[in-house]
Amino acid sequence: MFQTQQKIISNKYPAWKYLLLVVATIIGITYALPNLFGEDPAVQISPAKSVTFNADTQEQVANALELANVPVKSSVFEGGRFLIRFEGTEDQLKAKSILKELLGRKAVVALNLAPSTPDVLRSLGAAPMYLGLDLRGGVHFLMDVDMEVAVSKAYLRYVDEIKSVLRENKIRYLAVEMDGNTLAVKFKDLPTMEAGLAVLNEKYSERFILKPNEETSSPQVQLRFTDQTIAETQKFALQQNITTLRNRVNELAVAEPVIQQQGDRRIVVQLPGIQDTARAKEILGATATLEFRMVEERGDAYRAEKTGYAPHGSIVYHFRDGRPILLKRGTIVDGENVVSASSGIDPEQGSAMVNVSLDGVGGRKMLANTKKNVGNRMAVVFIERRVETVMENGVKVKKRIITKDVINAAVIRGQFGDRFQITGLDSPQEAQDLALLLRAGALAAPMEIVEERTVGPSLGQDNINQGFMSVIVGFILVLIMMAWRYKYFGMVANVALGLNLVIIVAVLSMLQATLTLPGIAGIVLTVGMAVDANVLIFERIREELRIRGTSIQAAIHSGYEKAFVTIADANITTLLAAVVLFSFGTGPIKGFAITLSIGILTSMFTAIVGTRAIINLMYGNKRVEKLSI
Amino acid sequence: MNSAEIKNEHQTTNINFMAQRHLALALSAILIAASFAGLWVKGLNFGIDFTGGTLIELSYPSPVELPELRNNLVESGFGQAIVQHFGSAEDVLIRIAPQDGLNSAQLSNQVMDALAEASEEEITLRRVEFVGPQVGDELTEDGALAVLYALFGVLIYVALRFEWRFSIGSVAALIHDVILTIGVFAWTGMQFDLTVLAAILAVIGYSLNDTIVVFDRVRENFRTMRDGTPVEVTNIAVNQMLSRTIMTSLTTLVVLLALFFLGGEIIHGFATALIVGVVVGTYSSTYVASAVALLLGVSKEDLMKAPKEEENSEAEEAELQRLFLEQEAKREALEAKREAKKGGQKTAEPEEDKEASLLVEDSSAVEKKSNVKKKQSKKRTKK
Repeated sequence: MFQTQQKIISNKYPAWKYLLLVVATIIGITYALPNLFGEDPAVQISPAKSVTFNADTQEQVANALELANVPVKSSVFEGGRFLIRFEGTEDQLKAKSILKELLGRKAVVALNLAPSTPDVLRSLGAAPMYLGLDLRGGVHFLMDVDMEVAVSKAYLRYVDEIKSVLRENKIRYLAVEMDGNTLAVKFKDLPTMEAGLAVLNEKYSERFILKPNEETSSPQVQLRFTDQTIAETQKFALQQNITTLRNRVNELAVAEPVIQQQGDRRIVVQLPGIQDTARAKEILGATATLEFRMVEERGDAYRAEKTGYAPHGSIVYHFRDGRPILLKRGTIVDGENVVSASSGIDPEQGSAMVNVSLDGVGGRKMLANTKKNVGNRMAVVFIERRVETVMENGVKVKKRIITKDVINAAVIRGQFGDRFQITGLDSPQEAQDLALLLRAGALAAPMEIVEERTVGPSLGQDNINQGFMSVIVGFILVLIMMAWRYKYFGMVANVALGLNLVIIVAVLSMLQATLTLPGIAGIVLTVGMAVDANVLIFERIREELRIRGTSIQAAIHSGYEKAFVTIADANITTLLAAVVLFSFGTGPIKGFAITLSIGILTSMFTAIVGTRAIINLMYGNKRVEKLSI
Repeated sequence: MNSAEIKNEHQTTNINFMAQRHLALALSAILIAASFAGLWVKGLNFGIDFTGGTLIELSYPSPVELPELRNNLVESGFGQAIVQHFGSAEDVLIRIAPQDGLNSAQLSNQVMDALAEASEEEITLRRVEFVGPQVGDELTEDGALAVLYALFGVLIYVALRFEWRFSIGSVAALIHDVILTIGVFAWTGMQFDLTVLAAILAVIGYSLNDTIVVFDRVRENFRTMRDGTPVEVTNIAVNQMLSRTIMTSLTTLVVLLALFFLGGEIIHGFATALIVGVVVGTYSSTYVASAVALLLGVSKEDLMKAPKEEENSEAEEAELQRLFLEQEAKREALEAKREAKKGGQKTAEPEEDKEASLLVEDSSAVEKKSNVKKKQSKKRTKK
């Protein structure tokens, strides 16, 4: 401020500031532009698990559509998925049913609205804003995984194991049982307990905290999970449930599902564009289990599938990719008996494998079965049960729906009981998937929907229209007020406000942040508040001119200079509130905080640098008699 | 406005706002009491975000009779449902409180089925919201925490940037605004949900914006005006900022009204809270924030010297003091040097100038609180 009074004020901006402004404007417009183009109805085909698409599939799809006379607007193969655009929704729906029939369970065929961003813009990475569920319609679920059950199930898994360890070491125990949130191993007398403690300590000290307790009627050792074990168990349970949900969501054929962990025990599921929320809930709420069955090797599964007659004592099942297989009636062991499943590498062959352990009962059954079946194949069937409401002859009927998928069939190489390996898997990924499915069918901790937000498509569209309308009307009203109050300067502020709006949209598009209805409200609010900076500056210029009688150039200069501190202070505090809002808010509130924060930052740029540049161009460096302010 | 005529020394308008400050504080106290009374008597109509429960918005092709709909629901076993129109006679909002033993996520399906059966027309499901009681509790806790953290953040920021009395003043104004806004929701019985909470946080942001602008001017005036009591100085600042305050409030109100009338039913509560907040916030930045700061005895000296009782920024003040003294010493040395060199040695002068200008740049870093001191010292050294 000292310097300013000494030199002659000419209000010239250095060239780089103009350049910065021009660049910002161009980038802003470029990245905001995709929002002006609409969306094409499209069908999205993603491969089901363990299926990859190739050139064949592409040809198949193209042929099928050509045969059915469905005109295709464009078709892209990207990231392992097809996106086929159509002119109208009619073609889209027709294509969906054709492709679904063609690909069956090999693929997830979903309806989608693909942004019709021109290629030039798309090559720059420009894309329209990502609309939240409240704008595009859809379902948001928050699932809570019951961690208490997950942990107590984990304890139960050790009961049999501890028993057999003690037996192996020839230590007699009275009982191994759950006692609250601990395992209690009871012994007859103190010496046995001490021997038992030594054995258990050796084996379990990593996972458990062991504590001898001599005061109870029979001496016992209490085993409690270490915090780390509990954390691992919970992480595991969550991961398992996420995998299960992924598989189920695939069935719903949603184009862009979101399945995400939230916090320690919650999972967010977002299904944009889903119309039938009841069905979504039913499918997500299914219960899963497992069955181990022997493969019937004598018949031809393909023929059985065609004719509908399976050889005596067997049933036709299907793999996930649709291949049929004949399995014997009667299960050997089911999900309840599975204690754990984990993937690993087979030390002998170096291939991926899955370790499975069963409980005592399951182990005995498995032993009896494998004794007589060495050399035969055993299959693992993944079963999901759910109640679904379907329309039958115009009446809603509740139906129990059971899907059974064969997830693995492997040759029994030798007799085994409660521990065995499924080897020869193609990849570590496949092993991981199989282990996850095994656990999902057997050990998944129960989860429930604790929050649901469904927005019907009609409301979504209304929200967009109303939000858009209020932005436009609010914007125009502010433009009028500014022009009325500050004349030319007001017009300049209006240009800056317009630029601000463009940049907000551009930043939102670039970040692909979710735009929600409260987010739009945030934009509206920003429009109202963004002019504050200009109001402060202009009032200051007026004051300098009229009250202090400063010269015109000096007034412009000190108006900007002196108002800046105030603007910065005021905006930082508002930003503070927005940041708090962001860190505490959930979904839609976050949207509000994001647009508000972006708006505050961009408005500071446009209202200070933007207007100054234009005003310098208009008045700077020349003799001005009177300011239109 | 042809301005040149009104050329009084410091302000455009000359309304004695601060004269009414005790009256205004009393009014605020009454309004706050009324808000608490509203909370006490009527309570807040919490949305399901906080209470948990199920909310279903349905749309019928033609206007619906609510009693009939209620009957249908009672017959299907949803006697506890609250039914109301939402925005129009065709749209219906059904709220069901959380219940034990009811699979809540499935509840909306059951209600839909029951109503679809009873109606001859096609019903469109517009929206379903289900919040489990546990989630509701968490959202309530998070919400309350958010407001507290925001207030606390402001307290610290303003104390650092200005002075503790201003800080108390601005937080008092914010609490005032939050309480009054909540009071309006209590008395009108409008639903208080997450979006309203978001609006209240935005109100905190807005009101603060307003307060800071006035404080900024008060501070500036304290520094530039030689005489005047704190009340006069504050009054002048409020007057100077008056047209800005009105203009910004108006532009903000205008967009909020657009949002209120055009944004649709869902955003109504949000827009209402902000409108109330902006009006109250504009009032409070003058009559609560400034008045409280004055009441606490903010004075010229507080912004000029390092106040001893100020604990928060003691370190900062000490640092400023140190820098100031350093500069003072430098300046004196320079002055002495210049004095000594007078009358000859013109070659050395550019170097000296450079040094002097560096000094000025240096001082801009600590300009905020020390520039008054500098000015004073300048005078002193000149003498």
